[in-house]
Amino acid sequence: MHEYTEKIRDAAKRLLKEGKVDTFIGFKKGSVPMMNEPALITDPDKADLLHWDSNCGLNLCNYLTKRTDRIGIIANGCTSRNIVTHIIENQIKREQLYIVGIPCTGMIDPRAIKRAVKFKEILDVEEKDGRIIVKGNGLEESFEKRAFLQKNCAICLHRNPVIYDEMVGEKAPEQQEIESFKDVKKIEVMGSDDKWGFFTRMISSCIRCYACRNACPLCYCTTCFVDEAQPQWVGKSIDPTDTMTFHILRAFHCAGRCTDCEACERACPMGINVRQFTKKLNKDALELFSWEAGMSEDQRPPMDVYKTDDYNDFIK
Amino acid sequence: MNEWQPKITTFLCNWCSYGAADLAGVSRFQYPPYFRIIRVPCSARVSPKFILAALRHGADGVWVSGCHPGDCHYLEGNYYARRKFALLKGLLEHIGIEPGRLNFSWISSAEATKFAETAKGVADEVKALGPAKHFIKTRAEVA
Repeated sequence: MHEYTEKIRDAAKRLLKEGKVDTFIGFKKGSVPMMNEPALITDPDKADLLHWDSNCGLNLCNYLTKRTDRIGIIANGCTSRNIVTHIIENQIKREQLYIVGIPCTGMIDPRAIKRAVKFKEILDVEEKDGRIIVKGNGLEESFEKRAFLQKNCAICLHRNPVIYDEMVGEKAPEQQEIESFKDVKKIEVMGSDDKWGFFTRMISSCIRCYACRNACPLCYCTTCFVDEAQPQWVGKSIDPTDTMTFHILRAFHCAGRCTDCEACERACPMGINVRQFTKKLNKDALELFSWEAGMSEDQRPPMDVYKTDDYNDFIK
Repeated sequence: MNEWQPKITTFLCNWCSYGAADLAGVSRFQYPPYFRIIRVPCSARVSPKFILAALRHGADGVWVSGCHPGDCHYLEGNYYARRKFALLKGLLEHIGIEPGRLNFSWISSAEATKFAETAKGVADEVKALGPAKHFIKTRAEVA
């Protein structure tokens, strides 16, 4: 068991018993390996369900939107940045929250593990000393965790929570010499036709299930643009143009807000790299407006403010 | 004889660029006739949805024009618009829409000459790119 699991359970029990929070949000073990599910705990006796390992890739901030009760929540780097975004966007109040901070060393990519064992059935996955031990029927293999990190975790620059009320362990050392936008730069140098080909191929398997939208803590509009009928901005068919419109607009709605938590890619049943859209926006927001989402509670998001000397070169 | 003519969806701010287009007409300035002008109350009114809808329905180019920074009728609308368009242009060009298809400009209602010149510039750029190939919806609309 991961050393943090015990501490998370203790914190949840304590907070619920003391009446400091009404609900505690964490992860519990999923019914299949490498798929931990979110758990909302209200009874201190059930706090032992809580669990932590390197498969907690979903973003728990998704469960905070517009809640009115007092909440305890576990948060690693990206989740805490999403909580900050929620606070500055008035989706939740800081006073309602008790944040149990987790120093995160990255989540593992279940698809990469499945590929590595050649899609044999995996029955159990354990973690020990930075290694992942995969067990199945006549199968036992061990991998180094660092080589199987989720793509965003491999380039993560903010592993520790930005805001927290208590930490479950020592802060994790931040990664050094990381090139955050290598993949974006690779596409940027292509010609327009190649770019179009790349993105069209990438989303060609999209089934428009909107799992990426639903997994994203930023997508909390009461009526999403895809559900609007009059006027209908995006067709409901799986016409490639409609699908592309959906992906462009979904990404654009996250402009200056995305914390690159990869919940969208993890949720995608077709394994589409939907982060390619949001990453470009993150890069531009950083380069044009020196902005990284969710780093401070006192700063307004970039699309909510302006400077008189903003980037103007593209305007005739 | 049958030379291809681009269709350029044009969003003009009511308080400036639309007036400039009007003045350009009254002043008998010549500019290419490819523009389908839509009058909007402010350049900030132009949502990314509008631009995508224009492209999806077969526009070869999009041109959005508003008041100069600092001159917005609503004081700050065009500042917000500028941030929005900076990111949108970056994203669409990253995905493969050719750079010349999306155009933005600041034109005041007195700048009829600038309007005619910018219109020529935009028309030339879009014409040079040829008909839009990507991002046009060909299948029928399903409700």
